[in-house]
Amino acid sequence: MEKKIKFVQGNEACVEGALYAGLDFYAGYPITPSTEIAENLALRLPQSGGKFIQMEDEIASMCAIIGASLTGNKVMTATSGPGFSLKQEAIGYACMAEIPCVIANVMRGGPSTGNPTHVGQGDINQARWGTHGDHSIVALTASNHQDVFAMTVDAFNIAETYRTPVILLLDEAIGHMREKLVIPEDGEIELVERLRTSVPKGVDYRPYLPREDGRLPMSDFGGEHRYNVTGLYHDMWGFPSANPKVVNELLRHLVDKIDTNINAITRYKEHYLEDAEYILVSYGSSARSAIHMAKNRREKNERIGVLELQSIWPFPTELVREKCAKAKAVVVVEMNMGQVLAQVKAAVSKPEKVFLANRIDGKLITPSDIKRLLRVIQGRGI
Amino acid sequence: MAVQDYLRQRFFPHMWCPGCGHGIVLNSLLRAVEALQIDKNDIVMTSGIGCSARISGYVDFHSLHTLHGRALAFATGVKMSKPGLTLLVPMGDGDALAIGGNHFIHAARRNIDMTAIVMNNRIYGMTGGQFSPLSGCGIKATTAPYRTIDNDFDVVDLATAAGATFVARTTTYHAKEATEILKKAIQHKGFSVVEILSQCPTHFGRKNKEGDATQMMENYKNITAPVGSKSLEENPALLGRGIFVQKERPEYCTEYAKLVESVMKEAGK
Repeated sequence: MEKKIKFVQGNEACVEGALYAGLDFYAGYPITPSTEIAENLALRLPQSGGKFIQMEDEIASMCAIIGASLTGNKVMTATSGPGFSLKQEAIGYACMAEIPCVIANVMRGGPSTGNPTHVGQGDINQARWGTHGDHSIVALTASNHQDVFAMTVDAFNIAETYRTPVILLLDEAIGHMREKLVIPEDGEIELVERLRTSVPKGVDYRPYLPREDGRLPMSDFGGEHRYNVTGLYHDMWGFPSANPKVVNELLRHLVDKIDTNINAITRYKEHYLEDAEYILVSYGSSARSAIHMAKNRREKNERIGVLELQSIWPFPTELVREKCAKAKAVVVVEMNMGQVLAQVKAAVSKPEKVFLANRIDGKLITPSDIKRLLRVIQGRGI
Repeated sequence: MAVQDYLRQRFFPHMWCPGCGHGIVLNSLLRAVEALQIDKNDIVMTSGIGCSARISGYVDFHSLHTLHGRALAFATGVKMSKPGLTLLVPMGDGDALAIGGNHFIHAARRNIDMTAIVMNNRIYGMTGGQFSPLSGCGIKATTAPYRTIDNDFDVVDLATAAGATFVARTTTYHAKEATEILKKAIQHKGFSVVEILSQCPTHFGRKNKEGDATQMMENYKNITAPVGSKSLEENPALLGRGIFVQKERPEYCTEYAKLVESVMKEAGK
């Protein structure tokens, strides 16, 4: 593939990233503001021999991609708030059964039907704790289309590496905004392919026995190894088990395989952070306003910087603590009632120095919104 | 290959109650697979949650024990991504037609090639005997201590109306007939529905004074008659048994493959 430059919506950048990563199978259900992902994949996937299916509901879409992943496919679905709620049980199944898959959630205002055509970032905690029971999860985000592309590719790579569902937390502003996207050449970004078992035919294959490096090689449904996949606690063969030792070890494994790899999973960007007295912590479309504001104030010699989070779960607590250690104040910029704020407050040594610049009315938070709050913090008045 | 070669012996003993009909369904199904000589590697069994759903653990196929009601949705992903596989989807009555009702009608509408088996014991067994959408009126259950006022679905009518291209009904009393029907259902290219009445003496039988397992099976003999038989014609109160629908209609994965072929040709690949 030659290097191609496109002028696209964020949702299309996500599609380009998914295809670059090797997406084979998509199942979805129409929902604003993520529908363009389904529409574009309905067009594009058959062109390369891939599969697209519009299912009867959000739950079925999530279930179908899990089924397709088990035959060896790279799979994805996309949705928004209400659909993300409906998918939660099956996302938990993918956590438990360790099935690689990618779920894009193009966030809108909530709860319930909320504000379908307007921007919001209210699903941060749902991405972490939407499904029941203890588990760990990976959630990535992006503030521009080049990063949407890169994070989508990363989402597939992480899903394959750790045999886990990965949530791609986009938002309406990113999804529908148009900007330039340069599609990298083949090979420019490394892709992680499905790790398949080397256990030969006739030898006992244990689908849930990790290798020394912690990865669990898979065997495609339809292949030589027949095994059981279940949402029940299970032993290394996939057989249901209520043995306390098996239960204890499996849950610890599910949490540890993500949490102990936080350094490999964490993605972030620094903007003017070196000597910053005031640090804005932000992500997604909110980060665009934060970066814009910091750039403007820098021109007036104000030492403001931005820590842009591109992975939200597992939350990069150490990173935030380290980067914010010398700040006079930290302002979390997000479009919800303070979901990342709570994480940042828990991370830093002086939580009383952490403030929230937010907007929850369906309008994109602006640099002026952030500036007004910052002036109050600085004791300069509005 | 002997029938026991299709079983995962280390998964036994099974968890079904003494007298449960589900073991007979498993037997009938394995004999159908044996007769058709399908390679075990080519079969994926997908099930949901409930007593019926545990069947997928006992068979030596690729097995996917999923979420309550969602077996057909998972199966759709498996089949669509690898159409060469044979999909067997056993479900309970609540599993298939209450929580999974939407997936049931849409899988039928698509006519995607798989065999849905509704193991109908008219009760939620695993949770302790609550009524299901196939219990019907006047039934006693733990959530209907004064008897049900809910109407039931007719699985055959529902599947037919939704577009299933193979629809049949049989019972655990008629185990050999069940094998013959399942053979045809598995061979049928399209969405096949086989309802098998399967006794639950523990909950349904006990609450509704239907006697033990053998009496409940005997009852299946008495309340059913073969499709096209004189007795069924003369006594409409009897429940029809046999194949109700068997017709050709474009199958979903085949149609998608054609679509991909024409799109790729147009794109000049």
